[in-house]
Amino acid sequence: MSDHEHSEHDEQPEPDTSSADQEAAERGEEPPEPQATDAEADVPADDEQPEEASATADDDHAIADETQGGEGADEEAPIAPDPDAVTITVNGRAFAAHQGELVINAAERAGEYIPRFCYHPRMSSVGMCRQCLVEIDTGRGPAIQPSCMITVAPDMAVITDSHTVERAQEGVLELLLANHPLDCPVCDKGGECPLQDQTMSHGPGESRYVEQKRHYEKPIPISDHVLLDRERCILCDRCTRFADEVAGDKLIHFIDRGNNTEVATFPDEPFASYFSGNTVQICPVGALTAKPYRFKARPWDLEQADSTCTTCSVGCRVSVHSSRDQLLRYQGVDTGLDTDSVNLGWMCDRGRFNFEAVESELRLADPQIRGEAGLATSPWTSALSIVEQLLRDASTVALLGGARSTNEGAFAWAKLADALGIEHRDAQLGDGLPAGVLDLPRATIDDAVNASTVILLGPDLKEELPVLYLRLREAAVGGGTKLVEFSTQETGLTRYAWKSVRHAPGMGATEVARTLADPAMAEQLASGKVVIVAGRGNLAASEETALAALQAARAAVPEATVLPALRRGNVVGALQLGLAPADAAHDATATLQACADGKVDVLVLLGADPLNDCPDADLARRGLAGARRIISIDTHPSESTQQADVVLPAAAFAEQSGTTTNLEGRVTDVAHKVTAHGTSRPDWMIATELAARLGHDLGFASIAEVTAAIVADVPGYATAFDGGFATGAVPALPDVSNHEQIPSGYDFRLVVSRKLYDRAVNTVMSPSIAKLNIGAGARVHSLDLPRVGVDDGTDVKLISAKGSVVLPLIADDTVQRGTIWAPFNMAGADVTDLVDAAASVTDVRIERLT
Amino acid sequence: MSRLNDQNVALAKEIIARYPKKKSALIPLVHLSQQQNGYVTEAAMKHVAELIDVTPAEVYGTATFYEMFRFEPTGKYLINICGTMSCALMGGHDLMHHAEHKLGVKAGSTTDDGLITLQHAECQAACTEAPTLQVNYRHRFRVTPAEFDELVDDLRAGKLDGEIPPHGTLGRNRQHIPADRAVGAVPPEQVDGAPAWVTIKEEGS
Repeated sequence: MSDHEHSEHDEQPEPDTSSADQEAAERGEEPPEPQATDAEADVPADDEQPEEASATADDDHAIADETQGGEGADEEAPIAPDPDAVTITVNGRAFAAHQGELVINAAERAGEYIPRFCYHPRMSSVGMCRQCLVEIDTGRGPAIQPSCMITVAPDMAVITDSHTVERAQEGVLELLLANHPLDCPVCDKGGECPLQDQTMSHGPGESRYVEQKRHYEKPIPISDHVLLDRERCILCDRCTRFADEVAGDKLIHFIDRGNNTEVATFPDEPFASYFSGNTVQICPVGALTAKPYRFKARPWDLEQADSTCTTCSVGCRVSVHSSRDQLLRYQGVDTGLDTDSVNLGWMCDRGRFNFEAVESELRLADPQIRGEAGLATSPWTSALSIVEQLLRDASTVALLGGARSTNEGAFAWAKLADALGIEHRDAQLGDGLPAGVLDLPRATIDDAVNASTVILLGPDLKEELPVLYLRLREAAVGGGTKLVEFSTQETGLTRYAWKSVRHAPGMGATEVARTLADPAMAEQLASGKVVIVAGRGNLAASEETALAALQAARAAVPEATVLPALRRGNVVGALQLGLAPADAAHDATATLQACADGKVDVLVLLGADPLNDCPDADLARRGLAGARRIISIDTHPSESTQQADVVLPAAAFAEQSGTTTNLEGRVTDVAHKVTAHGTSRPDWMIATELAARLGHDLGFASIAEVTAAIVADVPGYATAFDGGFATGAVPALPDVSNHEQIPSGYDFRLVVSRKLYDRAVNTVMSPSIAKLNIGAGARVHSLDLPRVGVDDGTDVKLISAKGSVVLPLIADDTVQRGTIWAPFNMAGADVTDLVDAAASVTDVRIERLT
Repeated sequence: MSRLNDQNVALAKEIIARYPKKKSALIPLVHLSQQQNGYVTEAAMKHVAELIDVTPAEVYGTATFYEMFRFEPTGKYLINICGTMSCALMGGHDLMHHAEHKLGVKAGSTTDDGLITLQHAECQAACTEAPTLQVNYRHRFRVTPAEFDELVDDLRAGKLDGEIPPHGTLGRNRQHIPADRAVGAVPPEQVDGAPAWVTIKEEGS
């Protein structure tokens, strides 16, 4: 133990909320400093005790002044007198607690950490484990009470260090350990285990229990990622509470409650939640373990760095863990109860487990140049010379992508594009909204969850921006936020919506205008702040249809703020930092069309894979075939890199430092944790090198200089690095007031939307999640099947004006009658063959094959 | 077919309609499924979950709390023999031993003909009458091995059909209470003595 004193100590904060805001570098080398974010916390916290996020969620004063993210969280906030302060004493010292604050939190802010297992600051208190027993005296003498169940009251005396308290806590621990196997040496949690740590700090030291412990078959899988060891479980209710309260997927439950209580799924229904990995993170013992991390490392060997997940644009704060230069896991980070936390410590499984893609053996390791025998490995110098030559000789160059990059990568490429006079550029692939949506009055996630009404115009958030879904779900279930949803089919939030309106694909604007004009609705909209979540719910309907719906909503509620639900990791940063098309004539669709028409000499794909990600498959194919030369800068091989003439390997997530901008405009760090794969380089470095070869000086030669150049060049970003929200110069939204909605004339109208698990490169390259996609298929309401005259699951031919495709027709009653829903980018026949980027909607006829 | 049958689905909907929240009908519906199949099947739990809009895991977690819900095939008669202190002292374990021999099954299992399931029970709240057992939760007091044999013979011969309904019918007994037997049929101030259907057996009578 003493050998590992430092590491033990460092791991002691629970990984879920915990050391969140600690600088990782500090963490590896020295014990964490007690956080004194409050003036009251002048009592030095006991060094032995874990620190967790302090204060309660209703701490408005702190939220207003606190910055967020890694760098800002430790700064002292100006102290405003709290009108709701409740004076209590903690171990004899007076302390100003917040009205309604739990004793366990107040004591922690006062510097007295109370041990706990079941209590989690982001979930309701249940008083399951009894570990947080302290003496509480409200005038009737001290009584032993669970501090997670009691809120502070005036003149309450809390005693956490008496002999009685010590005995009570030791007793609880001894009982918890009675059935807990002492297999710490072979347990994955050993070294970062709250049970282990708190046994050392608050336990009896030795056990009187000599009898046989209970035995179960172990471990048993409860989902594709999570294994359960029932012998280690202490029944704290954290995982089951998470499934119920946070995820809304009540697929795990206590069964056989009584002497033999255990956590279980229904016999043949696994815990198939998009958020299952969080249960592993919050498990206070080694009962739940995640397959991708099992037996890969011991916690004291892990190096950690705080970073930001860039899988989607929510920008969850995460901690990247590696050992021996290998990525091993990501954990969600909660920046603290009194901060404007993005993800509250939660992550989706896609973000959590796609670290495997970074470690994939299929990563591009060296540049490749197309020769007579296809793509062949080459040194960087020759590859760059060829790229230089291609760019020099080209009269027209187009640049697609950049949303995979850091802000620095996107900015450097935007500067290079400026220097080369590239007009065709777009960080999206015709699958989002015009960049102008970022210039609308912006809402933050906190604005949305505190609004009285949220109008959902975007995609199914559960599938595309899962943690935003969690936040809005929580607001709808527990808070006063009413969700008004407009969609073409049932979504993850439908069951939580106050009003959920279905409209035919492409007809959103009419329906939005009509619904929002309803008197009852108008009353609701007038009752408080309104946030519109705007995105592209249907890739088979044009940008204009989505914009028209947004415009209708803004016309009905002019003062509403907008949260843009654009999906790709750093799409907001890329668009704001110069990779937005100047107008619709230069966007991705127009660029691919220009390529197809033979007007583009060199097409640069900066982490873009149009063949898989462009909603109009035919256009993407013709575009890539029509471009004279293609340069692809990417992390993994894709269909598009296979078409390229030069492929340059790019550093992936955790292989480069920098910053990223989330959908709110929040700029946070991306940490460099492991060495870049093979000879791959960060995007900004490639851009800088090419610029130098082409005789342009972009004005930076290091990552710090790129960041400095962003601050200097982009007015909207200077404040963002200090915790503000970024804005950038983006072209104005196109006028869609003349947009005409076309009532359905064909048999069915097509909806193409994304599922969480698709063929995105980071998903297919991660073995744990690669097989979770549902596969290609066309889904219709079961009552529409007889109309087609086939049975569920039969292959049919779908025919649109653009093309045809054969897909199985699957009955799915979440789909609206008269529409077909097909998931985007799935293994199997490509439904995007039906989509015409130039058409406003996609009408489809179904033909039987026989 | 172990989902609820059409008749029971109709009844289930009637039961659900009695509650402000669908979820409240969980326990009555699990009773209904036990009544239909003699035990609670996985398919029935899924069906109940569909009917009241919860997950199967919630139904499973809730139902398994209750000792009287059975999750394995159960005989028409469930015999519980008490083994807690008073009964143990008065020969409860011997009675169980005898019963296992008589029925040819171990405690916890069901006879080959599917008629009788034998199981241990904890205190049946009749310590003065030890050793006790219950047949479908109907008490038998001071049971001797000979009386047990007689009981089994009677059950097999169908002699007790009028007295002991098949296992799993508690739920049915609770539905459709005639107006004259319903709670509140008599204003509280007019109540004198126990309701008519409650018969109190005097000791020795």
